[in-house]
Amino acid sequence: MAHNQVEHNSNLKTLPSYMVGFAVSIILTLMAFGLVEWRVLTDNYLYVGISLLAIIQLIVQSMCFLRLNFNPEGRWNLLPFLFTILIITILASGSLWIMYNLNYNMMN
Amino acid sequence: MTHHDADSMDIFGFWIYILSDCILFSAIFASYAVLHTNTYGGTEIKSIVNLPYVLTETMVLLVSSFTYGLAILSLYKNHLCKVITWLAATFVCGFTFVAMEIYEFVHLYMEGNNWQGSAALSSFFTLVGTHSLHVSLGLVWMLILMLQLLFFGLTPVMKKRLTYLGLFWAFLDIIWIFVFTIVYLMGAI
Repeated sequence: MAHNQVEHNSNLKTLPSYMVGFAVSIILTLMAFGLVEWRVLTDNYLYVGISLLAIIQLIVQSMCFLRLNFNPEGRWNLLPFLFTILIITILASGSLWIMYNLNYNMMN
Repeated sequence: MTHHDADSMDIFGFWIYILSDCILFSAIFASYAVLHTNTYGGTEIKSIVNLPYVLTETMVLLVSSFTYGLAILSLYKNHLCKVITWLAATFVCGFTFVAMEIYEFVHLYMEGNNWQGSAALSSFFTLVGTHSLHVSLGLVWMLILMLQLLFFGLTPVMKKRLTYLGLFWAFLDIIWIFVFTIVYLMGAI
């Protein structure tokens, strides 16, 4: 067999997927910096806006650069990835919640 | 177990390492989020953010991700020269990124904003520094792979190693999205 193992992987990369990922990432990055540089929105909406842009870019890069997908084989990579995101969400939001409460109770 | 299964198991194992590294970063992000306002009367994060500089860093890192992708595509086609060329391009971009980070850190240090200044600065240097450290280690790894490619050529083992580094490099770019959003953009607001 002339084929090699890496090529059999369901996560095979293609040039179009890289081009799309690269172009969309550049656009999303410029949008995020533009929003903050020119203060397009009020502060609260700016926080929401750039967070959403970051999450969209995370999804775009995971799909185009890491090639995460729902194929039977790709799912093995996707499930631990989603589980990690769950843990990160609990860890980050939990820390903020606890520290905010502590701060509030110390000051009042 | 066939050879192919063994390889995809190895790559899966490396993937698990990357996810555990994400959890390390989430702890550092959480501590930054908690501490970034605790400036102890010193420099605020807002005043050390230089947006055009960070945008340049971001673009350089993004280009390096893309050129690494081109190296992987050349790898599929078994073009050794192209693989090494694109790896070298990635290395130059990654090195530019780290050099810009080091310049920023030295600049901050010279102005008296070091990690001992306040909890906010400590968490800033820990977060951005840990990311730069990862990129620097990735660069050393890339250099070693380029040398190995010159000696061994595109053997199956080398292809597996390039796949590992590809995952690692894409992961660093994804972490950087959150560093520039949370530290620099939110800092500048």
